[in-house]
Amino acid sequence: MMKTIVSTELPIDEQFRIRKNVIQNGRNDGLRFCVVTGTHGDELEGQMVCYELAHIVSERISSLDGTLEIYPALNPLGIDTIQRGIPNFDLDMNRIFPGDPQGTMAEQTAHAIIEDIKGADMVIDIHSSNLYLRETPQVRINVQDSKWLVPFAERLGMDFVWVHGAATVLEATLAHSLNATGTPCLVVEMGVGQRINHKMCRRLVEGILHLMQTMGMWKESPKDRLPQPLVCEGDRVTFLNAETSGVFLTELKCGINVSRGQTIGQIVDPLRGRVLSTVSSPVDGYLFTIRAYPIVYEGSLMARIFNTEEA
Amino acid sequence: MTSPCRDNFRVKGYRFGEGEKTLAIVGAMRGDEVQQQYICSQLVNRLTMLEQRGGIAEGKSILIIPSCNPFSMNVNRRFWAMDNTDINRMFPGYDQGETTQRIASAVFSALNGFEYGIQLASYYVPGDFIPHVRMLQTGYEDVETARLFGMKYVTTYQPRPFDTTLLNYNWQLWSTKAFSVYAGQTDRIDLNTSGETIDAIFRMMTRTGIINYGSLGAAYESICIDEASLQHIKARHAGIFYRLVDAGSRVASGESLAHIIDPYNGQILSDIKATAEGTVFFAHHRPVVFQNALLFMIHVI
Ligand SMILES: [Zn+2]
Repeated sequence: MMKTIVSTELPIDEQFRIRKNVIQNGRNDGLRFCVVTGTHGDELEGQMVCYELAHIVSERISSLDGTLEIYPALNPLGIDTIQRGIPNFDLDMNRIFPGDPQGTMAEQTAHAIIEDIKGADMVIDIHSSNLYLRETPQVRINVQDSKWLVPFAERLGMDFVWVHGAATVLEATLAHSLNATGTPCLVVEMGVGQRINHKMCRRLVEGILHLMQTMGMWKESPKDRLPQPLVCEGDRVTFLNAETSGVFLTELKCGINVSRGQTIGQIVDPLRGRVLSTVSSPVDGYLFTIRAYPIVYEGSLMARIFNTEEA
Repeated sequence: MTSPCRDNFRVKGYRFGEGEKTLAIVGAMRGDEVQQQYICSQLVNRLTMLEQRGGIAEGKSILIIPSCNPFSMNVNRRFWAMDNTDINRMFPGYDQGETTQRIASAVFSALNGFEYGIQLASYYVPGDFIPHVRMLQTGYEDVETARLFGMKYVTTYQPRPFDTTLLNYNWQLWSTKAFSVYAGQTDRIDLNTSGETIDAIFRMMTRTGIINYGSLGAAYESICIDEASLQHIKARHAGIFYRLVDAGSRVASGESLAHIIDPYNGQILSDIKATAEGTVFFAHHRPVVFQNALLFMIHVI
């Protein structure tokens, strides 16, 4: 059943709408599982995940016991205009939660989204990095919520779980706002902006069904054994930022182990035909983020490595 | 900093006087803050002449950075063009971090340690303001000094989580008395409001003993308010917005402030009226509005 959770007027003969698909079967008082995506308009992996989930669960509805709610586009104007933020507001939507019922259209929308999702038994917020970085399928959890949420994250079949430090700016994210109200929300990051990686999306769909199964909401077992993720806790991520501006070239894909001193890539100068800087791993570890967009400025992030060396 | 295929990125500062780090002023941090950059250029111009006449107080120094972001202004983008990040959301910066974190870090190390700091700021909501001095309520805000600008309003507001990365929040945290000066406009130069703002900054510098400057011009006795006390008037409909009053207008209860017009048939969808007597502090200025958009902020008297 389609439901509209936000509807406001746009200036010229158009209604701004945020919609969800509510798929319900079995117990009326069963658990509620929400899959949300599209907060950042340039991240598209969630579109395929929502499609696959809605398709599979509708076709095999008798396996569902509870309610699955799918929100494919929390920032529909952003998706439609290939913009990360909210058009006309110059704002990153994931910096305005929990919103404000008296605020601007963007803040009211954020408030309505939180009010609608609040109280769910599980929320998966799907992101796909951005145009610049490619990410291994991973779950990100704020350190404050790790005890509570890591056990859920381990059942999603992703490669990696990153328990990261708390930052004040992140208090305004959808996930933090939900977690603060006691609604568990897992943030999934995978792939790269503006593209869809089918394999990763199908894996996440399997992972979501598996998590639903372990919660007693989905009465089918996964076809294959799901991988156990590497869990990274306690500040063990090394960031590699560009030492110089130029063009970053790499042969590597993320999701691999790298050793100390191994070359990750090079920053080159196309005018003079020179290598400006060689980027190498300072540690033995697991490469879970790699730069996808080749033009870099001094400071641009090129890679993130989970340091697996003995402390 | 070098760039992949453009000129090097440079942030220039101008120093006046010698001695204690007394006052730092920052202009454009975003590529559309032309009014802010213009005001800084005028301050540099006037302070250069004043310094030649010996008008900077003994033992005091002033730093002016007219632009932290010439690259964005040169390509007509508000934010850092490569990744669309906002330098003013990166403070206090991080010299090992992302590009705009590094720029913020370099700028902040130049700006840190001054007794007073002024940022010529702009607001993300599209519209016109009464020129005013704005401060975050952090416990370090100095309303008394803010009054010395002699601008019409001094406002304070409660910081939200994402405000903790602003320059002024961090300035205050590191015990600089920080003021955001809103000069009414952003992407166009308005000679009236910029002139008033330049006078206000000279007045503040004179009254705090940083410079010796004869003519202070006419000042206002500032009204100090918490922004939470401003009355917000919103659009009940979306449509074409036709404004009848300006920022600074005095309005009476029941007076029409604007019309929202159906974009197809011209019918008035909403006749927006003041519900109390007051002064228009903020007025939306885009010709089309969204439903629930903030149209006016009124200081009710
Ligand atoms: Zn995202």
